[in-house]
Amino acid sequence: MIRVQREDFDIGAEIGGLTGGNRGIGGVASFVGLVRDMAGGDAIGAMTLEHYPGMTEKKLAEIEAEAGRRWTLDGSLIIHRYGRLKPGDRIVLVVTASAHREAALASCAFLIDWLKTEAPFWKLEETPAGGKWVAAHAEDDAAAKRWDAGPNDPPLRAGEGRVGVASANEATGRRD
Amino acid sequence: MRILYFAWLRAKIGLAEERVELPAGVADVAGLLRWLQGRGPAFASALQDLSVVRVAVNQEYVKPSHPIRAGDEVALFPPVTGG
Repeated sequence: MIRVQREDFDIGAEIGGLTGGNRGIGGVASFVGLVRDMAGGDAIGAMTLEHYPGMTEKKLAEIEAEAGRRWTLDGSLIIHRYGRLKPGDRIVLVVTASAHREAALASCAFLIDWLKTEAPFWKLEETPAGGKWVAAHAEDDAAAKRWDAGPNDPPLRAGEGRVGVASANEATGRRD
Repeated sequence: MRILYFAWLRAKIGLAEERVELPAGVADVAGLLRWLQGRGPAFASALQDLSVVRVAVNQEYVKPSHPIRAGDEVALFPPVTGG
């Protein structure tokens, strides 16, 4: 299940809703992303998350479906907020449930790693010097790429939107 | 054709969305970007470094060689920073 919303979410209620009634679930993994009060030495007063309505939901659904192909899951949930958020506010929730912890933990990490490089969201931080668009981090690309190898090489397309120069993903000869 | 701009591309160009007729001679994403770069200083500046521009056509990431058709929804945006 995926949701893109302005409103906050209740982590306990969301996990309860995902797992409720399913006695086959043995493990639930979750990741909660929060707004930090500092970034690159700048104090952050607030942050505005912009997204691409339509494509956001489409990419999140694709990522979630891919996790379901790779691991045996009893349920998964991605909630991502948009709009203006303050330090300490929740941004994103990823929850995965499975019979065993390995699948829950690994799929949860996979989902947040891929979400960070695939889902069309952008962060504008409010700093003392003014608004600052957050730049993409190379380590996020690297984190996503660690899921890339293997016999079930998935139809994910993190590097394909890049134009102009050859991207690292293209250089590795990624199969689609 | 509908063109959408997000994040700092939207801010630099000063537009979130526009409808344009598919320009003559534009057949793919690379051609569209070249045409956009020639539309004035705001476009030229925003699209100066294409290594930080990602393109989606009909909500799928595409390469510069991807064909462009009259009814397409084309989106230009920086590398994503969600999560």
